[in-house]
Amino acid sequence: MSQRRDLERYAGLFASRTSVMKSSAMRDLMAITERPEVISLAGGLPDTSTFPAESLAALLSKLAATDSARALQYAPTEGMAAVGEAIATVMAAEGMDVDPEDVLVTTGGQQVIDLVCKTLIDPGDVIVAEAPTYPGAVPAFSAYQADVVQIAMDDDGMRVDELEETLERLEREGRRPKFIYTIPTFQNPAGVTMSLPRRQRLVQVARERELLVLEDNPYGLLRYEGEALPTLRSLDGGDFVIYLGTFSKILSPGIRLGWTVAPAPVLEKMNLGKQASDLCSSSLSQLFVATYFAEGHWQDYIATLRDLYRRRRDTMLDALAEHLPPEAAWTHPAGGLFIWATLPDYIDTTDLLARGLSRNVAFVPGRAAYLDGRGGSSMRLNFSGVDDDAIREGVRRIGEVVREQVALYGTLTGAAPPVAPSEPAPAPIDPALADVLHLPRRDDRGERRAR
Amino acid sequence: MTAEAGVGEGSGAPRGSGGTIAVLKGGRSLERQVSLRSGARVQDALERLGYAVVGIDVGHDLVTRLREVAPDVAFVALHGRDGEDGIVQELLEVLGIPYTASGVSACMRCSDKVVAKHAMRDAGLPTPDFYAFTETAFKELGAGDALGAIEDRLRFPIVVKPADQGSALGIRFAATAADVPAAIVAAFSYSEKVLLERHVHGRELAVSILGDEALPVVEAVPREEDFYDFAARYTIGRTSFVCPAELGGRLTARAQELALDVFRLLGCRGFARVDLMLEEGSDELYVLEANVIPGLTETSLLPQAAEAAGISFDELIGRIVDLALVPSP
Repeated sequence: MSQRRDLERYAGLFASRTSVMKSSAMRDLMAITERPEVISLAGGLPDTSTFPAESLAALLSKLAATDSARALQYAPTEGMAAVGEAIATVMAAEGMDVDPEDVLVTTGGQQVIDLVCKTLIDPGDVIVAEAPTYPGAVPAFSAYQADVVQIAMDDDGMRVDELEETLERLEREGRRPKFIYTIPTFQNPAGVTMSLPRRQRLVQVARERELLVLEDNPYGLLRYEGEALPTLRSLDGGDFVIYLGTFSKILSPGIRLGWTVAPAPVLEKMNLGKQASDLCSSSLSQLFVATYFAEGHWQDYIATLRDLYRRRRDTMLDALAEHLPPEAAWTHPAGGLFIWATLPDYIDTTDLLARGLSRNVAFVPGRAAYLDGRGGSSMRLNFSGVDDDAIREGVRRIGEVVREQVALYGTLTGAAPPVAPSEPAPAPIDPALADVLHLPRRDDRGERRAR
Repeated sequence: MTAEAGVGEGSGAPRGSGGTIAVLKGGRSLERQVSLRSGARVQDALERLGYAVVGIDVGHDLVTRLREVAPDVAFVALHGRDGEDGIVQELLEVLGIPYTASGVSACMRCSDKVVAKHAMRDAGLPTPDFYAFTETAFKELGAGDALGAIEDRLRFPIVVKPADQGSALGIRFAATAADVPAAIVAAFSYSEKVLLERHVHGRELAVSILGDEALPVVEAVPREEDFYDFAARYTIGRTSFVCPAELGGRLTARAQELALDVFRLLGCRGFARVDLMLEEGSDELYVLEANVIPGLTETSLLPQAAEAAGISFDELIGRIVDLALVPSP
């Protein structure tokens, strides 16, 4: 049996949904960003080195001493009661009042996205998302063969007027979206926050049309300036909002714990879906969270992160102002992990990444955040995962390659034109972009086997 | 290691008898991932053939590693810069290690599409009309002012390519004059030299050469895009391949003959893949480029062509190793 026929034999066994789960050129480019000499502003990682190793050791010793058997045992699908209480505490800190009984503990926030799709999406169903949207949601939506409609954003978040027009249009076409996916606070990748009037209107629209909203809120507590806004869930009371929370950005992504609070019938289906997926989330992680929250200092650590990330954000904003040409624009996030920069539209950031990599700097090309080939001249920059010096140097290098391209374009056209040329052909839609999350890779052997 | 594994065919290589092969893969090029996939497949095949195999992800310690391993042969499974441009081959020459595929000079000629196209044009082999410039020419010599004349001569659509990027990264179509500047900016993201080429509309063919023999022609038929792009090239299901291509005997023979001419003209050795276009209407064949280390992944064209010729992947890899040990003429 030759390799080729082998491949064809397996190909015949693949489910049709795998046809949209593709490997990608962008993934291949992103893999290069992992070289140690590359300053990567492409990750979306919190800085876990800030969590004191001795605290981790003390917590784990404590839980081993007191709860060893339970830590090694299965947990209830919905999660341990103590974790439900910790979650209720975190949500209360953001102005939400939930009963721990109504919480489903999940394996990271990502599982919530998967379970919501699993519960609601048949092939061809419509999901409404922001433009740009979380690059890690793209493969989940694609895997369920959803038709994703993306709504433009401005400095006040999702354009709810455009949303309403889109909903009208879809209704005329006889299509009802299964849910609206939004990250209203410090959006990934755009870094913008939905204004209060838009939040109110969005909740109202969802109520009027009886549409579900999936509110993804990983960064709400990482606010560096200004007053917190009410979450969609607190405005809605929980009738039409499925809330997604996570410990990833306020404690650790390595423990893989997130949660959802959803209308009861939806939560029940998601619970069944989770049973099928993984029975329960890690007991060890859950007891770690329970022990950690019982100490009562969880807010202190978040305060440390806020101070650190605020400084790094400011460093990046200053560096952008210094190094990017006047043709570029970027967002000024009041929290979260990301800045979204947009260049003149004759610059394609996927190509720019190749040039950036030759100077050992990386970012996420904007196309990763769209399902329709848009975003070609934007990029996502992360400021939480690298130190100030690396941020300054990374942005300097990006500025250098951008200026080179602007200058080159100028010499080709006589001057930078007032009107942009016709869009370059959009790259193929590329849903396999979980790689932009920059998960650590296995060693060489693992890589070989995983090919 | 499976040193005792059965090894029927082939001759001359230290197969199954303690022969060690270093598979060079990965590296710093933009085609790193493709190379890792090629390299992994090659390693598996070599192990099945009974060689002792050491995979080397090419980096700063390449020379040290090669000295440590002291292989009988280096199998170069690198794609793109450093691997196909003769640099690694030069190092292997210095270290006295026999290696697969083309030597230094052929690598240099083939990895620069502009050099290869000039050689073909000078030798009277058909290649689409083209002009090439460096970034310096645009920035310091006002080459931009000549764009109009170039566009007149080549006629739209024009294909804009980085001169030394192996895959389809950075290749753009310019349908009108307004598209040209952005396409050039994109291409310069990958290379210091950019090629503007007349677009040949028609069927995309690849002829792989093994030894001194042209393998059956493969036709690549893109399924979704009107352009055979980087993602499609390496993704199962994105491109249909027809092998042998349905061309008829006369065209097939011409394509194979042309590919062999190019292979010899550029001084290639061992194996290579020559990409051609069959122009719609005129039925003329044009050579786009020669790849000295074509992909060896599951979706690559060379293994498909070999299979169509009745050569299994393992056999193909064994033959490539044998060819590396044939003394250069």
